[in-house]
Amino acid sequence: MTQPLVTVNDLRIGAVTDAGRKVEIIRGVSFEIAPGEIVALIGESGSGKTTIALSLMGYTRTGCSITGGQITLDQTDVTALSERKRAALRGTEVSYVPQSAAAAFNPSKRIMDQVIEITAIHELMPKAEAEAKAVDLFRALALPDPEHIGHRYPHQVSGGQLQRLSAAMALIGGPKLVIFDEPTTALDVTTQIEVLRAFKSVMQQGGMAGVYVSHDLAVVAQIADRIIVLKGGEIQETGTTEQILTHPAHPYTRQLLAAFEPVPHVSFQPEAKAVPKPILEVIHLHAGYGAIRKGEPEIKILKDVNFSLERGRNLGVIGESGSGKSTLARAIAGILPPYQGGILLDGQELRGDLKRRSKEQLRKAQIVFQLADTALNPAHSIEQILGRPLAFYHGLKGAAREARVKELLDMVRLPANLRHRLPGELSGGQKQRINLARALAAEPELILCDEITSALDTVVAAAILDLLKELQRELSLSYMFISHDLSTVEAICDDVLVMLKGEVVEALPAARMSAEAQHPYSRLLISSIPQLDTGWLAQLEQDLTLVAQFANR
Amino acid sequence: MMIERSNAFVIPTPKRLGYSFNWVGRVGLAVILFWAVVAIVGPWIAPHPPGEIVDWDYFGPVTADFWMGTDYLGRDIFSRILMGARYTVGIALASVVLACAGGVILGMVAAVIGGWFDMILSRLLDAFNGIPSLLFGLVVVAAVGSSIPVLILTLAAIYLPGSYRFARALAVNVNATDYVTVARARGESTPYLITREIFPNILGPVLADLGLRFVFIVLVLSGLSFLGLGVQPPNADWGALVRENIEGLSLGAPAVIFPSIAIATLTISVNMFIDNLPSKIRDRSE
Repeated sequence: MTQPLVTVNDLRIGAVTDAGRKVEIIRGVSFEIAPGEIVALIGESGSGKTTIALSLMGYTRTGCSITGGQITLDQTDVTALSERKRAALRGTEVSYVPQSAAAAFNPSKRIMDQVIEITAIHELMPKAEAEAKAVDLFRALALPDPEHIGHRYPHQVSGGQLQRLSAAMALIGGPKLVIFDEPTTALDVTTQIEVLRAFKSVMQQGGMAGVYVSHDLAVVAQIADRIIVLKGGEIQETGTTEQILTHPAHPYTRQLLAAFEPVPHVSFQPEAKAVPKPILEVIHLHAGYGAIRKGEPEIKILKDVNFSLERGRNLGVIGESGSGKSTLARAIAGILPPYQGGILLDGQELRGDLKRRSKEQLRKAQIVFQLADTALNPAHSIEQILGRPLAFYHGLKGAAREARVKELLDMVRLPANLRHRLPGELSGGQKQRINLARALAAEPELILCDEITSALDTVVAAAILDLLKELQRELSLSYMFISHDLSTVEAICDDVLVMLKGEVVEALPAARMSAEAQHPYSRLLISSIPQLDTGWLAQLEQDLTLVAQFANR
Repeated sequence: MMIERSNAFVIPTPKRLGYSFNWVGRVGLAVILFWAVVAIVGPWIAPHPPGEIVDWDYFGPVTADFWMGTDYLGRDIFSRILMGARYTVGIALASVVLACAGGVILGMVAAVIGGWFDMILSRLLDAFNGIPSLLFGLVVVAAVGSSIPVLILTLAAIYLPGSYRFARALAVNVNATDYVTVARARGESTPYLITREIFPNILGPVLADLGLRFVFIVLVLSGLSFLGLGVQPPNADWGALVRENIEGLSLGAPAVIFPSIAIATLTISVNMFIDNLPSKIRDRSE
């Protein structure tokens, strides 16, 4: 085997917390990267994958520092270099593609100026030459109109294009190693495919080595040669992609893979009632934002949405960003009053405006949001957060309320002494459980779940889904489950609505979703889900006109 | 971070409750408390009557009898500072509390209710903000006459629109967060949203704003006193003490130095205290 490009030997990175306590984030990590090889770092949030990737540039985030070990990049000892020499290294030898391209571009400068900035900083080549090279890169990354796209501003291109442009920015200095930090996590599935394809082809052509940081095994399977599984700042397992996917040795890797296993959803059967009234019925629902003129808002989002949800069943709503799925949940919850159409909850007509609904109606339908961080008031303790709906809807006070709070915490499998903490002192998964417990406190019949597992790690999300199913059995709830992740929907829903640009294009049973989807958009969406198969991306054939027609481009 | 809390008996000191703050904040608090005590007991501990001429010389030096020298009429500066604390600390504190309380409450109400109410209130207060503060004070005092309550209310009115703008901007952001949306979807009333959901989360910046406004009010108060509209002679607030003894500066008289030091210690310590409030109050976003 040839000399490795990157050697990381017993890397240790420490941090000092606000309280002045020292913690070790990375605990003795060693690995090698051969020239031209793409290595994936995989693990949940907090596993140290981004910290390791950044350290390859000799960079640590504020408050962290490399406390031990050695990083060698192409015979240069990165850890021993002065800060000035490291700065010279960045962009020319190693470069970085960040997770959010939208945040990485300066919105007030043209794209071209930002892409060729590295050549100007390191004085690599004259401007005209750099621009020509940039156009070549745009072409290699399959960007539309490569000659002129550089003259636009960042807000004038789509998210997927911007992510590819940020790759061009990283590649312009001709680095030997490129670090991709979750570059497709924020993208829609259909967009993710084209970005992955572009990355893969450009890396193969250039023969560059790469580090791909991700929490998504299926995405990594398409692009990486080798996978390093991390947890708690330590390497759990290293192996070729094929080996990790087919013969995982470490229990944690198996757990990660198990989270991908499709769990067939068994419908919950409520005790048979004489006339099962649907818990939720939506008829010709129209909703939108903006100033209202002639009874219609300026920006119309939902157009003629119809569906009904039987008691004890779960409805999944899927679609890409901008398809109006969150707006649908908001309209049902009354946060955004619809301007046309009706909503029937348990056979009762709901008024559009929150203020005109009765307390009882509000109690029956609860909404749970995607980001648990922002959905919990940081100034209130968990006890206050859970206690408020109890006092508000049920008039519970004092000891009775405290007992019920403990019960609720037990329901979502959290210890009772957690109730004295503030939301900031909880982990992401715990916060989402509290979020759920708050909805349960109202004793609802319907819970609207707006992407509640999207911000969570695979293993944590799987645990939340299990919890939801268990709660359904115990409390005979119905869920409306909004997600862009089809496997999640498959795991918990009975029926699925596919939404596109504010309209329901197809409604079908979840179990037979992949087999029976008729509408071309549903088929496109289903075929775009990355599979745990290294050859999936290469074999995937998509109708390009279809993609252009439906994806937001 | 998992910190298990036992149910054993502990004395709820500020530190244990998470409300401890660093020594800079403590120094600030100590100075504020010191001046507050002086404001209360000042007249009793003053060595000379503050309004009477007690020295034959003017702009006298520091002596054993006159600890901080004498002013342009031969009055004891030390006694006058002790007496002035009552006006400066009292008036400034009362008016800044009024201005910020009014501004913050209106700001939060406007942010939550929105729509026409917000628009009309905002434009009205913007227009009010356009009136020069000293001119406004002049007109009010000329019309109603100078007294301490009038001064407090005038100063509060001058600083209310700025506080309103600031609080409204913060509250609009908090109002758009998911936890407020959840509370609204629960069917909570506007007073609950304002007091329980929004207020705790804008408290930190609002307190910082209060510190800044306090300093401004001390300065405007001295400006009004200079125009003869503030505290009436022979009494004087600290700003007035500086103004009336300003000629002493060229003579190197301590009469102008000590009131300046008094103002500086008060305003700096207010800001030291507020900037170093326990992070539990100051920064909830952790």
